[in-house]
Amino acid sequence: MTVRVQTEDFDAGFEIDQLRRARRDVGAVVSFIGQVRDINEGDEVSQLTLEHYPGMTEKSLDAIISQAKTRWNIMDVLIIHRVGTLQPCDQIVLVAVSGGHRGEAFAACAFVMDYLKTEAPFWKKELTQSGERWVEAKTSDDEARERWDKTQEKTPK
Amino acid sequence: MKIKLFYFARLKESLKYSTEDLELSEADGPWTILKLKALLSKRGDVWGQMLMGKLKVRAAINHELVHDNAAIADGDEVAFFPPVTGG
Repeated sequence: MTVRVQTEDFDAGFEIDQLRRARRDVGAVVSFIGQVRDINEGDEVSQLTLEHYPGMTEKSLDAIISQAKTRWNIMDVLIIHRVGTLQPCDQIVLVAVSGGHRGEAFAACAFVMDYLKTEAPFWKKELTQSGERWVEAKTSDDEARERWDKTQEKTPK
Repeated sequence: MKIKLFYFARLKESLKYSTEDLELSEADGPWTILKLKALLSKRGDVWGQMLMGKLKVRAAINHELVHDNAAIADGDEVAFFPPVTGG
């Protein structure tokens, strides 16, 4: 497993390729890329600044990957999350999961993102025309995570 | 006992602290997150609003998310921050 928290951009194509080529028994790679939007809560967003808790953030992401590996038959997981100041259309996060087959890789990738959004210590502050504001946590993100907690099944209903 | 405190995001900005070393009296122990919040809230209005007010605050001890009743030990690293918004 690989976890990287960095200010620099990343080459998603290269990273996914590395994961895919790492083993000859990989049959599927599922990936998610998060991007900075130019709008939030109806307001134009011109800049996003991400803060994290060095040490805890990495540990928390490691723990999320370990949980995913326990729950699904997957091979490897990569998480890259950017911090610092970003602009609309910049990439924020990459999660990529490799496995033998697509089903478990799809589920594990969604699980990692749902947990990352609710457990990993990152905070977003956005710049709008009326100034800077901290982004509020969404209850829909909590609900997305809770559906995994409610069942031990591999795909929540 | 000595602990190290960290504040992040909105808390760091409003409290104007990112980190501090704090001495907690053994005689007033045992210490929990809730008790520490109550102690820090006595520093002033903004402290009370940030730690014991309407806004949700999450706490971590040694990089693990914990609840209000979690016990704090000598040498612990304690952090307070708002609900997370990464991804």
